[in-house]
Parts: sequence; C-alpha cells; structure tokens
Amino acid sequence: MSKSLGWRGIIALFAILAAVVYLVPSLSSGIPGWWSSLLPKDKIRLGLDLQGGMHLVLEVQASKAVETHLERVVEELKRDLRKDRVRYLEMNRGGLDGIEITLMRPGDKEVFLDMVAAGYPDFSVESMPDKEGKPAFQLVLNPKAKIRIMKMAVDQALETIRNRIDQFGVSEPDIRPQENSRLLIQLPGVKDPKRAIALIGKTALLEFKLVDEEHSVEEALKGKIPPGDEILYQVSIDPKSGRQKKIPYLLKKRTALTGEYITDARVQIDSRYNEPYVSLSFDARGARLFEQVTGQNIKKRLAIVLDNKVNSAPVIQDKISGGKAQITGRYAMDEARDLAIVLRAGALPAPVKIIEERTVGPSLGKDSIEKGFKSMLIGGAIVILFMAIYYGLSGVIADFALILNILFIMAGLAFFSATLTLPGIAGIILTIGMSVDANVLIFERIREELRLGKTPRASIDGGYSKALVTILDAQVTTLIAALVLFQFGTGPIRGFAVTLSIGILASLFTAIFVTRIIFDYLYTQRNMKRISI
Amino acid sequence: MQFIKPGTKIDFIGKRRIAFTFSTMMIIATIVLLVWRGGPNYGVDFSGGVLIQVKLPQKISPSGIKKALRPVQLEDSIIQEFGEHGQSEYLIRIRKTNVELAGLSDRVEQALDTAFGKGVDMRRVEMVGPKVGKDLRQKALFAIFYALLFIAIYISGRFELKWLMAIIMAISLAFVVYITSTFGVSVTWLILIALVVTIGLCWFLNLKYALGAIIALIHDVAITVGIFALTDREISLSIIAALLTIVGYSLNDTIIVFDRIRENLRRFRRKPFEQTMNASINETLSRTILTSTTTLVVVLALFVLGGGVIHDFAFALLVGIGVGTYSSIFVASPILLLWEGKSGKRTNGK
Repeated sequence: MSKSLGWRGIIALFAILAAVVYLVPSLSSGIPGWWSSLLPKDKIRLGLDLQGGMHLVLEVQASKAVETHLERVVEELKRDLRKDRVRYLEMNRGGLDGIEITLMRPGDKEVFLDMVAAGYPDFSVESMPDKEGKPAFQLVLNPKAKIRIMKMAVDQALETIRNRIDQFGVSEPDIRPQENSRLLIQLPGVKDPKRAIALIGKTALLEFKLVDEEHSVEEALKGKIPPGDEILYQVSIDPKSGRQKKIPYLLKKRTALTGEYITDARVQIDSRYNEPYVSLSFDARGARLFEQVTGQNIKKRLAIVLDNKVNSAPVIQDKISGGKAQITGRYAMDEARDLAIVLRAGALPAPVKIIEERTVGPSLGKDSIEKGFKSMLIGGAIVILFMAIYYGLSGVIADFALILNILFIMAGLAFFSATLTLPGIAGIILTIGMSVDANVLIFERIREELRLGKTPRASIDGGYSKALVTILDAQVTTLIAALVLFQFGTGPIRGFAVTLSIGILASLFTAIFVTRIIFDYLYTQRNMKRISI
Repeated sequence: MQFIKPGTKIDFIGKRRIAFTFSTMMIIATIVLLVWRGGPNYGVDFSGGVLIQVKLPQKISPSGIKKALRPVQLEDSIIQEFGEHGQSEYLIRIRKTNVELAGLSDRVEQALDTAFGKGVDMRRVEMVGPKVGKDLRQKALFAIFYALLFIAIYISGRFELKWLMAIIMAISLAFVVYITSTFGVSVTWLILIALVVTIGLCWFLNLKYALGAIIALIHDVAITVGIFALTDREISLSIIAALLTIVGYSLNDTIIVFDRIRENLRRFRRKPFEQTMNASINETLSRTILTSTTTLVVVLALFVLGGGVIHDFAFALLVGIGVGTYSSIFVASPILLLWEGKSGKRTNGK
C-alpha cells in the first residue's frame, strides 16, 4: 500500500510539475534563452473576443471567375477561327454553361469540330438546330473543369489576400478556406478594421482602356452605345460639399493592358503638389504591350480603370517605353499605400463578398478579461470557503484539488495551443462549480460508510470505490455535450468546449486520483484516527 | 456540517402529480409563447443582420440615437441600453436583410459621429449575412440533434447494459432521420421528429432510464428557452452552447439519482419501487443540493460580475441548472413509474 502510495505521489508531482512548466511562458514575460530551446514556449493564445480583432468570412464569387474564363476563351476562339479562316456569324458566352456559336458556312463544320477537339479539351460540343441553314453549336464547359476553375479562384483569392495582409502588417493572421467557396480570416489586434476590410475586399482589377474619341458620351448616355464600347464613371468626392460627382466616360470595351503584368507598385510623393501617387513597373511583356498601345494612340486618351471605376484618363503625349506608369489622384497617404499593396499583391480572380464580420475593440476585450477573472476569483473563493466549512479538512483537500484543476486547465490550454475565449473563461468558471461534484459524491459516500460504523480507512476505500462509477457516468455526459459543441462551434464557442472538456478530464484526475493520495497518506501513513469530513 | 440530516424521508414521488402538472403547464406555456411570438427570438447570429455595441461620449436616450440614425435610413433599428448604468453603452440592432450589410457599421459610425461629436467608440460589431445566419442555424440544430443522439445511445447502453438495444435505436433513429431528410423537411421538424422517434423507441424497447433522462433534458431545455422568450432575450450562438451545457448538466444530475436507484433496487428487492425511489432521491439529496449550490454560486458570480457580453449566457446556465436540479428529482425519476402501469408488475433493476 505504502509503496503504491509513493508511486502515485510521484505521478501526481510529475503532472503538477509538467503543468507548471507549460504555464511558465504564459505567465512570465521574459523567459531565458535556455528555456525556449529546451522547454515549451507556447503561450496561451487569447481569442479575438479577448484581445480585440476581426473575424471575417468572405465568399469568393467563384462563378464570376467562370464567367471571366469563358470570356477569355471566347477571345481565344475568335483568334483561332481567324487563323483557320473559319467565319462565324455570332459567338457569345451563354451564362455559366459554355459558349454559343453560329458559323457562316456549313462547310467549315469539320474544321471547327477538329479545332475544338484539339485545342479546347475542357469543352464538349453539342449541335444545335441550324439557324437559317447556318450550323450552330454550343460548347459546354465540363462540370469538372468548372469546379476546377472555381476551386482555383478560391485558392488564388486566398493566396492574394494572404499576400495583402502580410504586407499590411498584422501579427499572426489566420486565413483558411472553408466549404462553399468561403474564406475565414482572423486578424487579431487589428487597429483599423475599416481599412483592413477595404484592403481585403478590393478586387483590385486594374485595366487600361482607350477612350472612344469618335463617338460622343452624350449620345451613348441616351442609350446609343456604339458596339464594342461601354460607359464607365469616374467617381470623385468634392472636398468642399462632400458630395459625390460622377463623370461618365465612353471607353473601348477591349482591355489594352491589365494589372497582371505589374511587378512592383510603390508610393511616391509628387514634388509639385506634395501629393502621394502610386508608380507602377511592368514586366517585359507588359512593357512591350504598353509601348505598343501608347505608340499607336498618341494624342488619344488612355483611361486607367480600377474595379470598373475610371481613375483618370490622361492624354498619351508620346510613346512610353520602359514599362513605367503612374496612378495619380487625390489620395491620402494611407490610401495610396493600400492601393500600392493591392496592386503589388495582384487582383483577386473574382470579387469577394463579406458575409460575416465580427469586430471586437481592444478596450472591450480588456474589459472582458478583467470581468471574467473577477467573477472567477469571487465565485471560486466562495466555493472554496464553502467546501472548507462544510467538509472541514476534507473540504480543504477538495479545495486543493480544485486549485490544481484550474492549473491543469490553463496548462492544458497552453499544451494544446488552444485559444482562451470569453466563453472559455465561463467554461473554467463552470468547471470550478462542477468539479467539486466528484469530491462531493465521494465525501457523501464516505459519510454514509462512517455512519454505518466503519473505520476511517474502510470508509475511504468504500467511499471512493462506490462513487467512482457514478462520477464517470455523470461526467461522460457533459463530455459528450462538450465534444459535440467543439465539432459544431466556431471561435468563442470552441473555446468554451475546450476548457469544459479539459476541465472535466482534469477534475477526474484531481478529484479521484490526487485527493486519494492525500487521504491515503493521512489515514494510513500518518494513522489519523478521525476523519474530518 | 450537514444540510440534509441522514435518514431524511421526504416523499418526493408522492408529489409527482403536482410536479407533473407544474412541468406540463410550464412546457405548454413555453409552446404557447413561442407560437405566439412566431418562433424563438433569434439573435443576429441566426437571423442575419448587424449588432453594434457602442459607447457614446454622453448619455443619450434610445430615441435620440434613433434620430441620429435617420440620415442613414436606419431609424427603425432596435436600441437598447447595455451593461452597467452610467456607462452610456448601447446595443444597436439592425435586422434589415434587404440592405447591403457590409459597410453598414461605417455608416452608423459616421452618423453617430456627426450627431454626438468625437468620442464614439465602436466596441463590438457583429455582421452576419442572411446566408451565414441560415447556415449557423442549421449547424446549431444539428449540434443539438447529435448531442441528443449520442447521449441517448450512451445512457441506454452504459446505463441499462443494453448496448445492442442502443445500437438498434441509433440505427433506426438514423434511418428515420435519413428518410425524412430526403423529403426535404426543415431541420426544426427533423429534430422534432427525431425526438418523438427517440421517445417512442425508448418506450417500445423498454429503455426506461434513457426515456426518463431524455424527457428530463427536453423539459429543462424547453423551459429555459421559454424563460428566454418570456424575458425577451435572444437566442445566439453562445446560448446554444449554454443549452448544450445544460443538457450535459441535467443528465449528470439525473444519472446520479438513477445510479442510486439501480443500486438500491439490488439491495432492497422486496420494497415497493416507489419507496426505493424515494429512498434513493433522499440519499442523494445532500449531494444534489451541494453541487447545485456550488455551481449556481459560480454562475451567479458570472451573471453579476461577468459583464454584458456574457450576461445572457450566464442567465441561461442559471435557469437551466436550476430547472435541471428540479427535474432530476421531480421529473426524471417518476417517469420510471410509468412502466408500473405499462407492465402491471413490479419493475426490476436489470
């Protein structure tokens, strides 16, 4: 008996020591260097609701990526048809399913089919009823290819957003994909949520489009938009009245150049007006395209379009070689900086929509921690006092187990690098109340045994063995509820499930194993004759 | 020290009709209340919308805040004072789902800034799109469903040593749910159907302890939801967590009483079932009261001191643990007596 007591004591001490070791990094601010090389250095992480920060769920409009892809294929197809001298009557994107095409000459049918089979493996060709004797087809995008495009759009969006956030400077951001083309983004401690949202949510599709100088905007606004043109607006806010001003532009639909060739974007200060602007550098291919476009359109206007809004439309003075361009506008320094970041990180492959946003200010987080710990201390103190009064020395032993339990929960959080949230603190508080339950069950049993006239040792043995099954049964149900919660919950709720689960397991250990050691030591080793219970 | 003297003999079972009447009335009141209100009062987590916790530089009446929100067409938001008095903190709830939710908090901030000057502190913003709200609702309901399923299996298996029965029950329950879900019924109905099926299966498979425990926990959760509706509190994600915790706690209590009944049935084979049950409840009464007290004390501390964010969560636990303690004594055990009427003979422990 005494031998096993020694072993059990060593196990308990070892567990306590391990818990303390795991807690040290969270409690002390400066840990010595030798510590971090040998021993755990993970701190307990605080959830967004405690340290302040932002939780976002974005939905990538992946169907837009399919649209863009199909439109690009339409352009490619037109080029290929021209090359093979196949003339077509019309060719359009038909929703998200594919491309509808009508050929001019029935004789081109074979050439067309061969071309599609060789060059467009993602599509299957379906014959449509002839249109006035002209063969019509539908190129249907394979469901597999469609899913691939959508998935790629989500992956790309994730990468791009991660890039932007890294450059924005947030410590320990958490970005992960979720089902249904959604992205979960957690930014702890972010100071300016508005700016972060603007930075993350911007598609940042930069396009250079020529202004149609041959037709008038006024005519187009009346509804007569020339084929191949579109109207886009320049939106500016008058600094005096604060009103929005919208200037329409008639632009060629065809994009002369896009932001995908950008290699670098930086903020620079205009020495004349002392205003920041963004300077762009293109790669070799982009530079060549830019030179071509500017060379062919001298004295015409080239509009810089960002996310379908005209930024500016300067007149091309001369051929621009060297692949440099500038974006000017009345930017504040932060705006210019963020614009440079998004242009550097690249455009999102499809627009994103914020479908969930939870922001907690740092002051509220601090409040919550303070209040949470205050209620924990006061609630805990009452329970400890109560147990000591009700059960005497045994109550004090249970109190010791309770304090150990809290130590174990904290250490467990550090060990699993779990996150402590406000509901998590509530979970610890609840565990304080519930974990004495195991000891209450044991003590009540011991009292019953004593009442039957048994010796202290026999009563302790009987009390523990009879209560054990009941304790296990009772705790397992709470554990089941906690595990289900963990499965379904996000963020804060998960924190609750984690502390509750660790608390239950720890309370089994402390209330059954550790207190038993103390009881055995007192009543077998030291031979105390009366149980204070 | 002792609260309950050993040898206490309170006739709990004899008062079961009063308890049944009381509980039935409470549950009917809950149902009537929920039907009248058109379902539970879902928070933004489930209904979609925007919730803003804001600290203003000075105290302003809710109607004053509404007026300030008129320029951005949000004057029909729900404004509520929040936290301790004198803190000038408010909750603004926007339930509109027809407006673009992203960026709405900026507009609110601007409107408040222009109306009340500097010092407007947006302490918390929660924006949940309608689609996400629907997803979360489904997820929460499924969580409740799975908790129920696992617990039913655990009790009938572990408790009555009828693992085979438990597995049969789980399979048939899963089957029924699968069949009904192919008809495209909503998750709410799915859970109701699953509940009825579970209770029916427990009844026909003679899983009486499981039946008692499940009815007790439905009782606890229903009454907590009812009191939430009565006090006009919202069901949010954290409240679902609280409800699941209540499920766990209520079972915990019930199981301890059941354990004792089972043990005593083996000891006093000759006593009438009713007496054994009464003795068991009395023997565990001290423990029941003690554990409930310590748990209620800490939850009360959380309720009073924990701050506004956790207030409703603590309230749910407070109600649920109170009701759970009551139900383990007055509801769960008397259910076992139903078998007396069913089989017409004394029920054995095994």
